[in-house]
Amino acid sequence: MPTFHFNTRRNLLELTGLKARNIKELLEGLRSVPRSVIYYHTHHYLQQHQYLYPEPPNDFAYWVREVLGEKQLGEELFAIDLCQFPDLERLRDRIIALLEKYLEKNNLITVHPGAEFHFIRSISFVFPTLYQADNLAEFVQALKKVSIHSLYFHIFEATVRLGKNENDFSRWLRESLHEDGLADRITRLDPYTQTMEGLRNRICSLVEARIKDINNAQAR
Amino acid sequence: MPKLADYEPILGSQVIEELFLLAERLQGKTIQNINSTSVGGGVAEILNRMIPLLHELGVDARWDLIKGGEAFFNVTKRMHNALHGAEVDLSPSEIEIFLSTNQENAGMINWSGDIVFIHDPQPIALVEKRKEIGRNWVWRCHIDFSSPHPPVWEFLRGFIEQYDAAVFSAPAFARQLPIRQALISPSIDPLSEKNRELSQKEILSVFEKLKIDPEMPTLTQISRFDYLKDPFGVINAYKQVKRYIDCQLILAGGGAVDDPEGNLVYQQVLEKAGNDPNIHVLLLPPSSDLEINALQRGSTVILQKSLREGFGLTIAEALWKKKPVVASAVGGIPLQITHKYSGILTYTVDGTAFWLRQLLQSPEFAQKLGDNGYQHIHQNFLISRHIKDYLLLFISLYHPGEEVVYL
Repeated sequence: MPTFHFNTRRNLLELTGLKARNIKELLEGLRSVPRSVIYYHTHHYLQQHQYLYPEPPNDFAYWVREVLGEKQLGEELFAIDLCQFPDLERLRDRIIALLEKYLEKNNLITVHPGAEFHFIRSISFVFPTLYQADNLAEFVQALKKVSIHSLYFHIFEATVRLGKNENDFSRWLRESLHEDGLADRITRLDPYTQTMEGLRNRICSLVEARIKDINNAQAR
Repeated sequence: MPKLADYEPILGSQVIEELFLLAERLQGKTIQNINSTSVGGGVAEILNRMIPLLHELGVDARWDLIKGGEAFFNVTKRMHNALHGAEVDLSPSEIEIFLSTNQENAGMINWSGDIVFIHDPQPIALVEKRKEIGRNWVWRCHIDFSSPHPPVWEFLRGFIEQYDAAVFSAPAFARQLPIRQALISPSIDPLSEKNRELSQKEILSVFEKLKIDPEMPTLTQISRFDYLKDPFGVINAYKQVKRYIDCQLILAGGGAVDDPEGNLVYQQVLEKAGNDPNIHVLLLPPSSDLEINALQRGSTVILQKSLREGFGLTIAEALWKKKPVVASAVGGIPLQITHKYSGILTYTVDGTAFWLRQLLQSPEFAQKLGDNGYQHIHQNFLISRHIKDYLLLFISLYHPGEEVVYL
C-alpha cells in the first residue's frame, strides 16, 4: 500500500510588465499571457486572504467591479464556478467570452493612470514536507499539522495546474485505501467557497467520522 | 537578536519548518548583499534583521557596503528624486562621479557571492564587474518606480538589463524589460525593537521623555524628513482637523547617511510648524526604534501622506499595532491598505483631513480598520514571507524558464 507523502508548494510572483487600462486591453492581455498568469489571478486569493470571508474570487472580477466600476460584468466574472473549469485554458476561454460579450454592447471605459490591471505570473515550487501517512489515523494527524500551503497543493495545484483528474487526497484514499465513499465526499467539497483552515477542518471531520464508523463496525 | 524559535508563537511551526526545507536547497551557495548604508532607511533595517535569520537557516548570506563621498550621495539623491518622477537631469560630471565611485568600489569589494544581490540604484553599476567574474546577479529596487524621469530611467536601464533578474515591491513598478521581474514586497519583523509588544508603562515613559501629552488625541507620521513624504501637507491637514478637534501632531523621523537633503527639509518643517505647541517635530537618532514603537502605539491615528512611496513600511508597522492608518494611494501603499477595510487611502490634503476627522470621531470604525489591517499584515507582510520569497528567488536562478519547479 503506497504511503501518502505530503508535499507543499510555495510560489514566487513575477511581473510581466503587461497592464490593461480597459476591457479591450484586458481581453488582449488575456489572449496572450501564459497559463501561469490565468492561474495566479484566479487562485492566489485562496492563500493570500485567509481571514477574509467571503473572499474576493478572482482579480479580474475584482478589478472590473471595484476599479472599472462595471458591476454586472464584475458579477459575471465573480460568479464563474471555478470547480467547473479545472483546465486553465477552458477557464481562460470562459473569461474571454464574457469580456467579448461585454464589448459588443458597451462603450469603453478607461481607468486613470495608477489604477491599471497588472498581469502577474506565478512560479510554483513543490517540495516534500516531513509528514506522511499509511492509514486514515496517520493521515488525519498529519493533515492537522501541515501548513495550509500543503493542503492547497494537494487540493488545488494538483488538479488545476498539474492537470490531475482528482485532488491528491481523494485519489490516494480511493486507490490505496479503497475508501471510495470518503474520497467522493472530499471531492464533492466546494473548496473555492471556504477558507483553507475551514477546508482543513471539513476534511479532518470527514476522515474522523469515517474512522469512528470503522471502529464502531469493528466493535459490533 | 531573536532566534527563529522565538517567532513560532506568531508564525506557527509549519512556516518555520518550510523555511528550513527551502534553505536546504541553497546549501553551498553564498548570497552577497550590497547596498550603500548600514543604518537609516528601510533597506538597512531589513538586512539587519534578515541576515542573522538567514544564517540560522543555514544560508551563507553576507552584506557589503559601498563607500561614497558627499558628492556621490548628492548625485544618488538627485537620481532617487528623478526615479520618483522629479524632472532632474544628471550632468556629465554627475554621471562621471556616479560611475567612478561604482568602479572604485567594484575594485575593492571581495566578490564572494555565488548570487550578487544589489540593493537600490546607488551600487547598480557594480554589475559591470559581471563581465569579469560571472555569477548570478539580482537587482533589488526598493523605491517607487511607477513614473521615473525618462532620461534617468534610460541611463539605469543599461545596467538593469545586465542583471539576471530585478525585484520590485509593487506591480505598478514593473517595466517592459528583457529580464525576469520578481514581485517581492518588503516586510516588518514583529520581534524587533520597533514592533515588539510594549507595556503601557513603556509607552508613557517615551511620551513623557519627549514631552508629549499622552491623553490628547494624537496624529502621527513617522518618516524621514523628505519632500516626498509631504510633511507640509501633513501639517496642512492637521490644521484643518484642529479647527474641530483638539488634537496634536507628531512628525518624527531620522536621517540616513545616503540622504543629504534631510536636514534642510527638517528645518523647513520646523519653520512651517511655527510656534504651535501641539505640533511635535522630532529628529530622532538612528537608535530610536523603541521611541518609534511607543509613538505609534500611543497614537490615535497614523498618517503616511507620501507623494511617492517605494512600499511604506511605516504603514505595516502601524497596522501590526492595530492602529488606523490614513495614507496616500501611491507606490506600495495600496498593497497594504484596502480603502475603508484595512485603512483609508487618500489623494489630497483635504481628503486626508476629512478622514482624520472621521476616524477621530468614530473610534469603533477606526479600531475595526486597525484590526483588519493587523490580520492583513500578519498574513502577508511579516519577515518570514519575505525570507521565503528571497529563498525562492535565489533557488529560481538555478531553474531558469521553469513554471513548476520540483525541489
